[in-house]
Amino acid sequence: MSNRIPQPYDDIPGTIIFDADMARQGYHLNQFAMSLMKAPNRERFKADERAYLDQWPMSEDQKQAVQARDYNRMMALGGNVYFLAKIFSTDGLSFQHAAATMTGMTQEAYRDMMLNGGRSAEGNLYKKEGE
Amino acid sequence: MARITAGVATSHVPAIGAAIDLGKTGEPYWKPLFEGYEYVKEWIRETKPDVVFLVYNDHATAFDMNFIPTFALGCAESFKPADEGWGPRPVPTVKGHPELAAHIAQSLIQDDFDLTIINEMDVDHGLTVPLSLVFGQPQEWPCLIIPFAVNVVLYPPPSGQRCYDLGKSLRKAVESFPEDLNVQVWGTGGMSHQLQGPRAGLINKEFDNEFLDRLVDDAPALAQEPHIRYVREAGSEGVELVMWLIMRGALNDRVEVKKRFYHVPASNTAVGHLVLENRDS
Repeated sequence: MSNRIPQPYDDIPGTIIFDADMARQGYHLNQFAMSLMKAPNRERFKADERAYLDQWPMSEDQKQAVQARDYNRMMALGGNVYFLAKIFSTDGLSFQHAAATMTGMTQEAYRDMMLNGGRSAEGNLYKKEGE
Repeated sequence: MARITAGVATSHVPAIGAAIDLGKTGEPYWKPLFEGYEYVKEWIRETKPDVVFLVYNDHATAFDMNFIPTFALGCAESFKPADEGWGPRPVPTVKGHPELAAHIAQSLIQDDFDLTIINEMDVDHGLTVPLSLVFGQPQEWPCLIIPFAVNVVLYPPPSGQRCYDLGKSLRKAVESFPEDLNVQVWGTGGMSHQLQGPRAGLINKEFDNEFLDRLVDDAPALAQEPHIRYVREAGSEGVELVMWLIMRGALNDRVEVKKRFYHVPASNTAVGHLVLENRDS
């Protein structure tokens, strides 16, 4: 295990704070995602995802999470959502679509939740509230 | 001499920019939001700033994970709208004020704020969406704009207190610049939103409205709120709100609220907007 010091935000439910320790772990994952800002790189990634990913010194877990488009897993492995946005933009998907997949909701149900005022703060501020 | 006369705060959601660019502002989803910005469009034509000092954050556009400046001051002649992966927004190039920016750099660094100076930088929706909300769709932006990018992507961002104090130093810097300029400071980002994880979609109207209240008349105490309160109660991306405190710090202790607006949702986010003018202390 890591030497990570417990942080006050560890007890926020359903949330990974992208701090310096996460950024250290996710550096190459995020830089890979950033590379997709350039059209030629997007084409190469789409043509052979695994071959493109293998050019980056990322962990096997990180590469598999990208291929599975498992955004929660990518963030647990140091990804930041603004960088990961380059991946779902490459897939032609909106931020709202990607956010919905992270919550396990359908895009329609997520959109309706937002139209009805969003996810309530009540019961969602401390992990212990959800137990 | 240059002087700071007013402040504007607004969210900078990318979907708002897309709605403007694609002509969707009259659609039922967007209409209530854009109605909230009609006042500021009129107000800006009357107040005619020469320069806007625009506080915003880059969203993995100009800055990747290689260099992460906490405070980056745009000192160039111009800044192009960035290609964020689907082509640049069809908005004018931003014209800076390099002389004033250099003066601000000199003054703030000597005032103990260790700025990063940026000369080549494309500006993303964080900067261009507020410009579109306030100025509409002109051929050229009607004033000069100094971009000021604050890191709020890598935690921890600067504290609310640091931002508020920077605003106060910014005011000193502007007021010691010899050109006669009407300067506004805009703070952007927020309000409550979380774009990630199972808690995505969090909206906290109570927190947001308390923040809007206190930014006006309790700012010194609001500045002391710790980061944990923002990320817990306003969402992991709601911490962007610290940027509004730079704007507030640059104004008088007493301000007049010319406009206050709050709306949910814009995509994943709660939208807040304030227009503040200095009152005599």
